[in-house]
Amino acid sequence: MKKTVCSFIFILIAGQLLAQDTTSLLNGLEEKAAIQKVTGTFKSTRVINAHSTEMLYKGNLDFRIMHRFGVFKNGFKDLFGLDNASMRMSFDYGITDNLMVGLGRSTILKDLDIFVKTRILQQTKGEKQIPLSVLIAAGYIVTTQESFATVKPTFGDRSSYYIQLIAGRKFNSNFSMQLSPLLVHNNATLNPTDDNTIFGLGGGLRYKVSKRIAIMIDYHHAFGQLDKAITDPLSLGVDIETGGHVFQLHFSNATGMNEKGYLTQTTGKYFKGDVRFGFNLSRMFHVGKKRKK
Amino acid sequence: MQKTVSICFLLLLICLQGVAQKKLFTKTGIISFYSKTAVEKIEAVNKKTLAVIDVANNKIEFSVLIKGFEFEKALMQEHFNENYLESDKYPKAVFTGIFAEKDLPLTFTENKTQNLQVSGNLTLHGITKQITVVAAITVKKQVISAATTFTILLSDYKIKVPALVANNINKEILVRINIPSLQEIK
Repeated sequence: MKKTVCSFIFILIAGQLLAQDTTSLLNGLEEKAAIQKVTGTFKSTRVINAHSTEMLYKGNLDFRIMHRFGVFKNGFKDLFGLDNASMRMSFDYGITDNLMVGLGRSTILKDLDIFVKTRILQQTKGEKQIPLSVLIAAGYIVTTQESFATVKPTFGDRSSYYIQLIAGRKFNSNFSMQLSPLLVHNNATLNPTDDNTIFGLGGGLRYKVSKRIAIMIDYHHAFGQLDKAITDPLSLGVDIETGGHVFQLHFSNATGMNEKGYLTQTTGKYFKGDVRFGFNLSRMFHVGKKRKK
Repeated sequence: MQKTVSICFLLLLICLQGVAQKKLFTKTGIISFYSKTAVEKIEAVNKKTLAVIDVANNKIEFSVLIKGFEFEKALMQEHFNENYLESDKYPKAVFTGIFAEKDLPLTFTENKTQNLQVSGNLTLHGITKQITVVAAITVKKQVISAATTFTILLSDYKIKVPALVANNINKEILVRINIPSLQEIK
């Protein structure tokens, strides 16, 4: 009797082992997702005007053409502002996936700007989760337009500096947000009562409405003494991405396309009709060595 | 009593034999895919493919993480995940198949290459389609390896290519699977 029971139990156990075959063969073999970088927080390295949490990949050269037209409200007289264009052209290059440099020139005041941007924290998911990405951008801007003042400004007077911290998070595949405190220092100000150092708090939003189209908002609030005519820069637009191109079309009150320009020299009132059409065009080239596989 | 125990062990051993011996697996299978057009060549490879062959039950399964595909151009890899395969939504590609009856029973003991027909369901980008491929399984010096090549249509898996880059991406993608060695599951 004992024998039979014993055998029976063993067969049951063995049968159990066989029965497991009906489930997926892969059960128990699949590894848990390792640490994954969260990519594509924004479509481009700029939200619209401000640096975004995106970086160029190593060896990528980004040629950017940015245009800001005249105010929309003049209507057909100057073709809704299209008659008056100002532009900034820039070349940005990714030295590593976490370090990039850029060189740009704006037609306004013939500003020349250089910057370096680096990532210090990368948002990840999976085994190890980091909730946000943090980056730092620092730049130098020099106005090269000839001055007709009786006392010519020195090179130092023409110089501005900025440093910006960018903290952003991709909340889900459609929605991303960033906060970007910005410090701009102008050695000489346009208005004598203006503060030389202006602190700005920037906010950027992206909401993807389709795989390749996203709605963008870029806003900065300036803290510090600035002329009454100076307003906070606000831009609303859409990003359209096609392969190596990103088109950013938007309506903005800012004409400045560098940090000094948009934070301390924006004069239009967005909700009083001082809105202008603008676009950024980004074309990516692969100039560095290809990645090893 | 001793006799009883022996009998039981024997029984258990016989039963286990059937299970343990005949499952082969790998975690380092290689899947690569190619798209070639006059404008652009696109190639990506994933070296962490999970594959299991259940020899006793004639079954085969594959699983691969979409994010694990590596491209030469990092931006292309980002677009592949973000815009084409939507890997946040559909993180894996899975194949479950069975070997064709004419090839049964399966044995992988002799040193030779067998061309075996496998048909089953490939799930990619959230869509499941039936495919049939011929897999070459080779036994050489006690190492079992496997390889196959087949093509899939992007439209079958609702992977949309925008008109602007339609000339850069072939509508038919060549997929190559190469498994250098399969181990028995212990």
